[in-house]
Amino acid sequence: MTRINSVAELEELRTGILSKKDPNRIRISICAGLSCLGLGNGLIIGTFEEEIKKQSLEGKVDVITTGCHGFCEQGPIVVIYPEEICYLKVTPEDVPEIVSQTIVEKKVVDRLVYADPNTGEKAVHMMEIPFYKNQMRNLIGNSPKINPKSIDEYIAMGGYSALAKALYEMTPEQVLGEVKTANLRGRGGGGFPAGSKWETTRNAPNPKKYVIVNAHEGEPGAFMDRALFQGNPHSVLEGLIIGAYAIGAHTGFIYTRHDTHRLRENLDIALEKAREYGLLGENIMGSGFDFDVEVHFDVGIFVSGESSALMRSIEGNAPEPRPKYIRTSVNGIWDRPSNLNNVETWANVPHIIGNGSEWYNNIGTEKSKGTKLVSLSGKVVNSAVVEVPMGTTLREIIYEFGGGIPNGKKLKAIHFGGPMGGTIPESLIDNPLDFDALSKLGASMGAGDMLMMDEDTCIVDMARFFIDFLSGESCGKCTPCREGIRQMLNILTNITQGKGKEGDIELLEELSEVTGEAALCSLGRSVQKPLVSMLRYFRDEFEAHVNEKRCPAHSCKELIASEGV
Amino acid sequence: MENDAIERILNKYEGQDRQLIRVMMEIQEENRWLPRDVMKKISEKLDVPFSRVLRIATFYKTFSMTPKGRYELNICTGTGCHVRGAQQVLETVQDMLGIKPGETDADQKFTLEVVNCQGCCTCGPMIKVDDSTHSRISPAEVADALKKYD
Repeated sequence: MTRINSVAELEELRTGILSKKDPNRIRISICAGLSCLGLGNGLIIGTFEEEIKKQSLEGKVDVITTGCHGFCEQGPIVVIYPEEICYLKVTPEDVPEIVSQTIVEKKVVDRLVYADPNTGEKAVHMMEIPFYKNQMRNLIGNSPKINPKSIDEYIAMGGYSALAKALYEMTPEQVLGEVKTANLRGRGGGGFPAGSKWETTRNAPNPKKYVIVNAHEGEPGAFMDRALFQGNPHSVLEGLIIGAYAIGAHTGFIYTRHDTHRLRENLDIALEKAREYGLLGENIMGSGFDFDVEVHFDVGIFVSGESSALMRSIEGNAPEPRPKYIRTSVNGIWDRPSNLNNVETWANVPHIIGNGSEWYNNIGTEKSKGTKLVSLSGKVVNSAVVEVPMGTTLREIIYEFGGGIPNGKKLKAIHFGGPMGGTIPESLIDNPLDFDALSKLGASMGAGDMLMMDEDTCIVDMARFFIDFLSGESCGKCTPCREGIRQMLNILTNITQGKGKEGDIELLEELSEVTGEAALCSLGRSVQKPLVSMLRYFRDEFEAHVNEKRCPAHSCKELIASEGV
Repeated sequence: MENDAIERILNKYEGQDRQLIRVMMEIQEENRWLPRDVMKKISEKLDVPFSRVLRIATFYKTFSMTPKGRYELNICTGTGCHVRGAQQVLETVQDMLGIKPGETDADQKFTLEVVNCQGCCTCGPMIKVDDSTHSRISPAEVADALKKYD
């Protein structure tokens, strides 16, 4: 048992781990992200283990299952270190050849490496692939390299140094000041300055305070937090402990999904190891600071990602939100001050403390600093997790990283932020990824999930889809949300079925306004956002459905039938 | 045997009322549904009112108060899957099995559920049968994919 009692002991441990590390040791890193698993990586992991035995390489080669590598469309992905040879779309049948050729003979299996879709030019090493090369992977860059189950590997890469710095060289006020100067804004959707939120909780009179990691990630199309958390759980944990120190909290909560088994497993191990090393529990790193964490689970409802609802859930109750005037940073879990940030926000903290706010301020735009994780889905060539500096244009994200729109179709619109986000048309994609620029366009960034729609996607149907989704997720506590959603859904369903009538669009607008103003929580107040943005940019499509009984995208079944197409 | 597992879970969290959701989740994962007498036991062991157990069981979607089929068939209807045609896949499955989401077929083979985004959007549209994933599936491929389950 290794308990770290001082900064010197942490450094000693790190030196020890690094000195034992053989830089030439072969390591097979298999992506166990959600997409790669869905594409069959589970089978590949087993096949590699068997093949290593068969070819008598046991003990000579490491096989690790990591978090998401990001290039999901090209999965299953396998990377061979130390050369960083990246194999894409690997099948179990390829495994014996990879082992005999690449591991034993040091030869590259040519057909499995990346080939540029336009030029055919190949890239053998991961960082030569344009998709990876052009990102700024500050938060997820280590995911393919480290075994998320090993705390030693995190420490070897400099992990927990920022915590040591905070505990031994900085006062809680200085840590808070650094986060404030860094202008770190919440990555969960609101973009609220994290430092101000921390300060409110810190200054709240009740001495018993809590910090929370929101890893609920319920927005459809958002999968970056799971990628980060599963692949590098200690980076989030380190951020959380630093935050707790700044705020003066001694208990933390992690609220995550019950249905991501590998994340759960990695997280359990991470917490256990952190306790063993004295990085959680009493007298952390010998500094006198006490802090520990409990894990709680969402059991399948969207509204429990809303901050006050999430806190009710942690208390063991049904996740009904409370009105917004009760601030959770002052009256949260059991009415005690509770600071909640999402996974990505916490993961930024060790970087800010480690490198300083000045370093952080050099990345991004004037008011949106740092990098942002983005998940791409829908009608896009590469569904993927990408990390880019704030300020990158949407066009670059879609075409450079997303590879454009498949099947020669044209991009029609992008939707941000799931059922509480907004849609913007193709004509606006030269705008930057920036909290305020996107808000101005009527599409808040949300968690950074971008859904691409092509000319075959009907906007009215998408509006109906989001409202339909929310109709099953509203907790039902307040009338504007419960009834407003129901009425909007009825009208939108009628419109997509060719039963729209004059005045429907105006009625939708009125309902949107009332729900947006009068609902209790931020879920209720945001339900109309996708619809409002769609009416703003695609009103003609709604009008075509209502007035001409025509679906311009030829997608609504009942309308196509009457068109006789 | 299943009862032993339930007992184990209950004993582990005895008296810890704030762990109610976790206890119910672990039992649901073990037993695949929450029989009424088990919920009664949860209420006693954790010392929470039975009404609260029922409220949690009916509020959260993961909990089932009826037995499930031998296979749980989940169809993702998240946004990414939706724009790629998940609705058509769902309709095909519904027609084939003669059941709607939330229902179990007559011979207790499949329970059909629609699920929110599973975070593997590149796989869409997708059907998950217990832990096996059928990725990028088209309505025409559904019948073949489901054949292997009996």
